[in-house]
Amino acid sequence: MNFFFHVGRYFSFLARVFSKPERLKVFFRKTFQEIGNLGVNSVGLVIIMSIFMGAIITLQMAYNLTSPFLPVFLIGLGNRELLILEFSSTILSLLLAGKIGSNITSEIGSMRVTEQIDSLEIMGINSAEYLIFPKIIAVIFIFPFLYILSVFFGLVGGLVIGTSFGAISPTDYINGLQHAFTPYYISFSIIKMLFYAFLISTIPSYYGYYVKGGAFDVGKASMSAVVNTDIMILIFDLILTQLLFK
Amino acid sequence: MIKVEKLYKSFDNKAVLKNISVGFEKGKTNLVIGRSGSGKTVLLKSIVGLFQVDSGNIYYDQRNFVTMKPEEKKNLRKEMGMVFQGGALFDSLTVEQNVGFPLELFTKKTKLEKSKRVSFCLDRVNIKPEFFKSFPSEISGGMQKRVAIARAIVLEPHYLFCDEPNSGLDPETSLVIDNLIHEITIDLDITTIINTHDMNSVMRIGDKIIFIRDGQLQWEGTKNEIMKTEDKNLQHFVFANNLYFRNK
Repeated sequence: MNFFFHVGRYFSFLARVFSKPERLKVFFRKTFQEIGNLGVNSVGLVIIMSIFMGAIITLQMAYNLTSPFLPVFLIGLGNRELLILEFSSTILSLLLAGKIGSNITSEIGSMRVTEQIDSLEIMGINSAEYLIFPKIIAVIFIFPFLYILSVFFGLVGGLVIGTSFGAISPTDYINGLQHAFTPYYISFSIIKMLFYAFLISTIPSYYGYYVKGGAFDVGKASMSAVVNTDIMILIFDLILTQLLFK
Repeated sequence: MIKVEKLYKSFDNKAVLKNISVGFEKGKTNLVIGRSGSGKTVLLKSIVGLFQVDSGNIYYDQRNFVTMKPEEKKNLRKEMGMVFQGGALFDSLTVEQNVGFPLELFTKKTKLEKSKRVSFCLDRVNIKPEFFKSFPSEISGGMQKRVAIARAIVLEPHYLFCDEPNSGLDPETSLVIDNLIHEITIDLDITTIINTHDMNSVMRIGDKIIFIRDGQLQWEGTKNEIMKTEDKNLQHFVFANNLYFRNK
């Protein structure tokens, strides 16, 4: 029953979020602020994570591909496919759900417990639209760029670390990257990223918006938001892979 | 004038407001008093529409808030100002941005006009210009309350609501806040409702006093009448401090 209650309330919450902004000028200003807060501020983390992901995949493949019958360039190819299809989309989103999701829940939850949201309502402002709509647009806008950035730095990380540790030569690695490239995989992952961005911005917003109590409850809501967002990302990964790869 | 008729509100089948009918007069400071947990905040939040009532009517100058369409409620809310217990200032905005926030959203004033209005309101609540660029976390609790009052009056509301505006403040600052609310009520000729359990406020600015006990309207009258009340519960509430010291 609790599950259905939350699902119902989540959709009625979304109906409130997606309504006409009070002032378009204010809406766009807030959206740009959120692109900075939630997106641009995540670039550093994305770069670091992607370099290490690319490097570790390359080293693992190099150390495990020991058969002389398998060409060495497969290491580069494998790294590329893993990054493009799963690591730079799903794994990155799982990690960003922690960073962006907890940020959104704690910000909105704190506003709820300190009556700032009530204060907006008293002024006749649709607080759900005012606070959350710009966040959703910002995250959906920035996620494809973060994905592209992640793929790029993941591949660079694999090249730099793989070659400097002597796991693969630069020529073999680059040959692997260029071998049997399927552009559709990029489109597929960008579509996935748009869904993940929606989940990462709406589920934590929902948990923050309906929090009751004090600081302890905001912390609990943040944790629930991240866990449930991660679960939904994995479920959507399964569904989208099934739908878009058939 | 605000009139409440047969108001009921419950949470999880527990009645918090029981058949409350009362009128709040224009140009006067109407004080709602009662012990913690008596239902004061629920009454105030029900009147402003933050809580949906189970039954009853709330009239804002003959306009029934309960039966209004959402768009009408939204328009009426632009006539309301509210000061919350903790101030509820937006912590990501500076003092002047907080006060200018309603102007930014609901008026088409120029930047200069907005700035003038913000300065006027902040000056009205005695906030010095050197604090205009400060964030709420950088100013004292008393100043936060004053900024909250400035924000509440920036759109020249017809109805002002204050939920325990003196909580957590020293007696001197409480006096300043009380006088400020009282002056604003008279100057703007608005209907003001204040939730409080501070008897000093009651005696200073209580033009009309409503005593709530266990979610029910127990007594109503003026500050002069409250001293002569025969109601035992109200006597106990009003003279709680005196009784304590006398028993000692």
